[in-house]
Amino acid sequence: MFGKKRVAIVGAGVTLFRRNLKETGKELAYHAAKIALEQAGMELRDIQSVVMGTAPDAFDGVHMKGEYLADGAGAYHKPYTRVFVGGGTGVFAPLAGWWHVASGQFDTCLVVCEEKMSSCYPHPQYAFTTIFDPILERPIGMNLIWIFALEMNRYMHKHNIKKEDIALVSVKNKRNALDNPMAQLAANITVEDVLNSEIMAWPVQRLDVSPTSDGAAAAVLVSEDVAKEVTDNPVWIDGVGWCIDSTHWTDRDLYYPDYVEYAARMAYKMAGIKNPPKEIDVAEPYDPFDYKELHHMEGLLLCKKGEAPKLTREGVTQRDGDLPTCPSGGLLGCGNPIAAAGMMKVCEIFWQLRGEAGKRQVPGDLRTGVAQAWGDLMQYGSVIVLRR
Amino acid sequence: MSEVAIVGVGCTGLRPITPELSYKELMYEAAVKAYEDAGGINPREDVDVFVTCAEDYLEGFSIFDEFVPDQLGAALRPLFTVSGDGMLGLAQAYMLIKTGHFYTAVVEAHSKASDILTYMDIVQFGLDPIFNRPPGGHPYYIAGLEMNRYLHDTCTTEEQCAQVVVKNKKNAILNPYAAYGAEVTLEQVMHSERLFYPLKKLEISTPADGCIVMVLASEKVAEKLTNKPVWVKGIGWCTETPSLETRDWTRAVYTRIAAEMAYKEAKITSPWREIDFAEIHDMFAYKELQHMEALRLCDYGEAGKLTEEGLTTLNGEFPVNPSGGLLGMGYGLEASGLQKVLEVVLQLRGEAGSRQIEDAEVGLAHTWRGIPTATGAVAILSNVK
Repeated sequence: MFGKKRVAIVGAGVTLFRRNLKETGKELAYHAAKIALEQAGMELRDIQSVVMGTAPDAFDGVHMKGEYLADGAGAYHKPYTRVFVGGGTGVFAPLAGWWHVASGQFDTCLVVCEEKMSSCYPHPQYAFTTIFDPILERPIGMNLIWIFALEMNRYMHKHNIKKEDIALVSVKNKRNALDNPMAQLAANITVEDVLNSEIMAWPVQRLDVSPTSDGAAAAVLVSEDVAKEVTDNPVWIDGVGWCIDSTHWTDRDLYYPDYVEYAARMAYKMAGIKNPPKEIDVAEPYDPFDYKELHHMEGLLLCKKGEAPKLTREGVTQRDGDLPTCPSGGLLGCGNPIAAAGMMKVCEIFWQLRGEAGKRQVPGDLRTGVAQAWGDLMQYGSVIVLRR
Repeated sequence: MSEVAIVGVGCTGLRPITPELSYKELMYEAAVKAYEDAGGINPREDVDVFVTCAEDYLEGFSIFDEFVPDQLGAALRPLFTVSGDGMLGLAQAYMLIKTGHFYTAVVEAHSKASDILTYMDIVQFGLDPIFNRPPGGHPYYIAGLEMNRYLHDTCTTEEQCAQVVVKNKKNAILNPYAAYGAEVTLEQVMHSERLFYPLKKLEISTPADGCIVMVLASEKVAEKLTNKPVWVKGIGWCTETPSLETRDWTRAVYTRIAAEMAYKEAKITSPWREIDFAEIHDMFAYKELQHMEALRLCDYGEAGKLTEEGLTTLNGEFPVNPSGGLLGMGYGLEASGLQKVLEVVLQLRGEAGSRQIEDAEVGLAHTWRGIPTATGAVAILSNVK
């Protein structure tokens, strides 16, 4: 990395994730930013640039939502950019923060991710009907649960995976969330509970799915020089990667997320990671549905294709396992305010590496963690590698 | 010493309507031209990162970047959306190359305004839903209010604003990329309908369709790809505030802060002397004047007079909007920033045809995100490294 600038995270903040929070989107952004700045021991006047991550405008019914949220996110009179890659936005926004600092253009960057889904009536799923091609797909009247059912089916069929093994992810993540004070759907449930829950679109059942939520998350990114001044305990962004696949999701095999693998390879190459399962101590793969965590573990090259259910069954991905995944409780346990949920994963890895995760702390000497999100129409991967 | 250059540009349009082309075809055509212009690069191998600039409501989709990769040659490649003007996308590409991890970047922005049936309703949705939306009405009333305040505070006259329209539409006649070039007289502008007092019909830019794609490269790669690199000397951007109630209504503060950032990086102290010409956001005629002042090209309240005296015409001391501006080219929505950059690139390469400014070495491109925002960006470009 000679000649290239390192970027550190020095503070992170997450609000409560809940359905129907009273706060406006601006207020949520403000709270998350404030917590992150407080942890960094910095003030808004120390911040030179701001990046916003937030998913479709259709949730809020506000055109140019980034502009609307600007003052809540602390961007008043500052260079401010909103980046947007669908569900991948939450992990992508800190990547944008990374290049603001790594370019040498700024010493500090505040990254804020916000989502207010509850203002979309009667259900935010309605907003998602507008992500489909208006000529080829929208007339069919499909929704997201449908297409994930297709993908889950394909994944199960290809590797001969049982629903019981997939349900274990939901059980694990919701239990992990019991230790997370901001979590929306923490619970002690069993595999039977998942298998007996309402069928939404086979094989997707109610407890396979993360809820819709309101919430925000933020982090303070700084240059190496600033990091030395403000903390003894910086966490470095050592790898960034992102990738988009073709628009035509009908033209690829849904059993495996190539785009996540490409994004992961890009990030690992930058971070010098050659053997991901050995070198990564803790992971936050994106888990809006339980099978997605498995899908993404494979895409992240944390195991071989089709092997993730086995690792889950053997307890490897538990908090005290060899490769803990979603120690935060993930989206299944904490809730899924789209962009904020991805950012929450980055915050969690930050706290885990600093040993600040409280009851959620993964035991052992943690050096390297990875967070990942996924978005668009089953086509986007964003990956960040953090190191202590 | 510069680290990043623009090495290829491609433009489709701008035209009032393009019924025979979809937005994807507009993008494909502009991308092919840009890749060709950048020495015939293959996007699937030679481009490290792609940036697309779009707002969902203007596209009629949620999560617009889903529909972008194929026509840019970016499938299974790193691509992302900036929900903003093309020049904000350019700023991201610039920073990405400066990290040292990326060598080439592509920036795309487009407008398919003719597909939008409810443009004014979409702009209305940009207003704060609680404080500003309920009164209703055509949101361009905000521009009328701002113009009124600007004229009042600076003693600029309505004729001086109208003169901007005469100049820009005339320049546009010489620009093959312009949709609305015309010979109009001061009287015609002054007598056109006052739609949002004191803003007149001819002082409002008309939306147009088009797409602009640019290829950026690091120093070493740039010099391999082209013998006419246009160097990015400085770039700045700023959001003042979304709140109508607490912003400055005369001084375009967002532009001033963005300009200072770009000038500092480009080491420019007296812009009028050190820069040869400027492309300034003129969605409404008075905005060109207000922005000239915010860019420190002249004193506060002086831009109208300079325009009246003809200093900003194509043959004047300091040409402003030689392309014809948005009033002459058409308002390309989120592509308007790249319209500005495109003209600066063409001028600095000496490829601006009959509107070529002689011996141009340093140009300024400026953009604003339009009603109801207070967000702008400024780039300083030069053909001298």
